[in-house]
Amino acid sequence: MKFGIVTFPGSNCDYDAYHAVVDQLGAEASYIWHKDTDLQRSDVIILPGGFSYGDYLRAGAIARFSPVMKEVVAHARRGAPVLCICNGFQIACEAGMLPGALMRNRGLQFISAPIRLRVDNPATMFTNLYRQNEILTIPIAHGDGRYAASPETLRSLEGEGQIVFRYSDEYGELTAAANPNGSELSIAGIVSDAGNVFGMMPHPERAMEPALGSTDGVRLFESLLAGVAA
Amino acid sequence: MPRFRVGIHITPRRGLLDPQGEAVAGALHSLGFNGVKRAHVGRYIVLETDAADSSAAATDVRAMCEKLLANPVTEDFEIEPASPV
Repeated sequence: MKFGIVTFPGSNCDYDAYHAVVDQLGAEASYIWHKDTDLQRSDVIILPGGFSYGDYLRAGAIARFSPVMKEVVAHARRGAPVLCICNGFQIACEAGMLPGALMRNRGLQFISAPIRLRVDNPATMFTNLYRQNEILTIPIAHGDGRYAASPETLRSLEGEGQIVFRYSDEYGELTAAANPNGSELSIAGIVSDAGNVFGMMPHPERAMEPALGSTDGVRLFESLLAGVAA
Repeated sequence: MPRFRVGIHITPRRGLLDPQGEAVAGALHSLGFNGVKRAHVGRYIVLETDAADSSAAATDVRAMCEKLLANPVTEDFEIEPASPV
């Protein structure tokens, strides 16, 4: 079981992801430079957070042309897991690996804060250790996190159970006040129709130990370990 | 091959929440420009590109917008007539 963490110019959560899976879960991981085309036999690819290519044009728009992305797309087509966090989620949408797009936050501010998430689908390979409707606390840190998609896409995501995490209040209610960036349907994380590409704006790799304020991210990585090993 | 300059306006898709446009409209209202009903903030891209003629340049630029310059989910684009450089 090995993680491959892609580093683009401007990635800044690649070390956090490495620390989470290696130092805290005891898994194996390698950094993969964006110009490389060898995924180093990784079982799970992580597209980490950051500001790849300075968010030029649109967040994630240029990173999809990095040489490594052809291999990442091929990895996903084989049904292998790809975990796309924050800027990784933006890249995955721009690359067409996930539907929709991430737009400027409703309040125009960059938000760095712990927020609550409701688990809407605990039956994915990324979330199988969570409980349905469980409320998690995981930090966000983004300026462009407002999920948008066509009404047909939103209906399909909801109908197929592809909405995995939603921003909610402590009671699991999807209020406007609990939706930090104005995402459609309070969407915080979605999975591809094949179930193996997962994009989320919050940072589970920053919710791994009590000193960080939350350990709710741990089970996401443990879910992957359990699922991929099985 | 002749060279053309082409301007491209990219704006948030109408109907989607445009908080930046709303903030700009609000600021204009506070300056007393109450006639402003709507504002949209987008990008303006200027390309210089070689093409057989202006219509070929326009065709190329449309493909560039669809493939990269505009996000098909969230943005609309308008291409200005190509002018010879």
